Amino acid sequence: MLESIDVTKKFVGKTAVDSLSMQLEPGHIYALLGPNGSGKTTWMKMVAGLIKPTSGVIKYNGEPINISTRNEIAYMSTEPFFYDWMTVADVGKYYQDFFKDFSMDKYKMLVTNMELTDKLKVKSLSSGMMAKLKVAVTMARDAQVYMLDEPLNGIDLLARDSVMRMILTTAGDNKILIVSSHLVEELESVVDKAIFIKNSVFAGMYDVEELRTKENCSLADKYRQVFSNVEMGGME
Amino acid sequence: MQYDSKLPIYIQVINSIKMDIISGRIKCGQKLPSSRELAVKYTINPNTAARVYQELERESICFTKRGMGTFVTEDEGVIRDIRKQMADEAIVEFLKTIKELGITVEEAISLIKQREDNE
Repeated sequence: MLESIDVTKKFVGKTAVDSLSMQLEPGHIYALLGPNGSGKTTWMKMVAGLIKPTSGVIKYNGEPINISTRNEIAYMSTEPFFYDWMTVADVGKYYQDFFKDFSMDKYKMLVTNMELTDKLKVKSLSSGMMAKLKVAVTMARDAQVYMLDEPLNGIDLLARDSVMRMILTTAGDNKILIVSSHLVEELESVVDKAIFIKNSVFAGMYDVEELRTKENCSLADKYRQVFSNVEMGGME
Repeated sequence: MQYDSKLPIYIQVINSIKMDIISGRIKCGQKLPSSRELAVKYTINPNTAARVYQELERESICFTKRGMGTFVTEDEGVIRDIRKQMADEAIVEFLKTIKELGITVEEAISLIKQREDNE
């Protein structure tokens, strides 16, 4: 279980995350939703152990985030993190050096499925190919928690389909997957829980299928309700 | 598959599988994909996929052989029943729509006959 307990992160002149408390359970794919600047990336970076909360604590299976939880938590950031000279094969080796749980076999299987060849240079990749490569190298780790920050941004329909397939093949009973995105509609059928963050503050967690079953409400409808306070239903 | 995002996804997938069984695209007694494969095939959450099989089993449309996977029933009676059930649902929808349009059942029947003659 991943717990965020009263987590606050302040940067000079700005509170990026404000007393965020929530619990995430294994066996679910979570959408992390909120407009730009709402604090999603800052929260994920704290879970990944890349930055520290100003106050509050994040725990994974009861243990505060530290060097050893990094082995259980795989994080894909939005910004590109490869060197221009690297090839697709180099990216795999680079990850293998960094992470004990990295599986070269799984990586090769994922990149081959996506028509990425070993010798392709990272700097020559289209944004769609780059997006797929980033997800593949993250998912090739055998982690318990996977966090993908905006994996669907700026890529075409087919690349999105491949990304979704990778997410669904990796999901499992004992894993927590967290996907942040602006493309709420794309996540409707894939995620089962949705977390809303509004102006750095936790604004609710919903079971997506329950919204549809009980309220006849899509994830996109809920997003509009939470963030614009405007009903977007019928015309009456 | 395109989903109506306001309706439960598991029901939409169940209806699609039922349609495949009725039309013979999926045969009686045939082995179905694992729930993980189903999740990838339909781009749905693995928990939704598991629920699809639970519901299909509850309706006796599928059964699980231990360690072998999920199979479609071999009972043709069950398949006749789902055909009838789905036809009923389609008719209920249809009646609702023509009522909203202010068309009587008799008028609707004659409209259907006209259309059939034209085709």
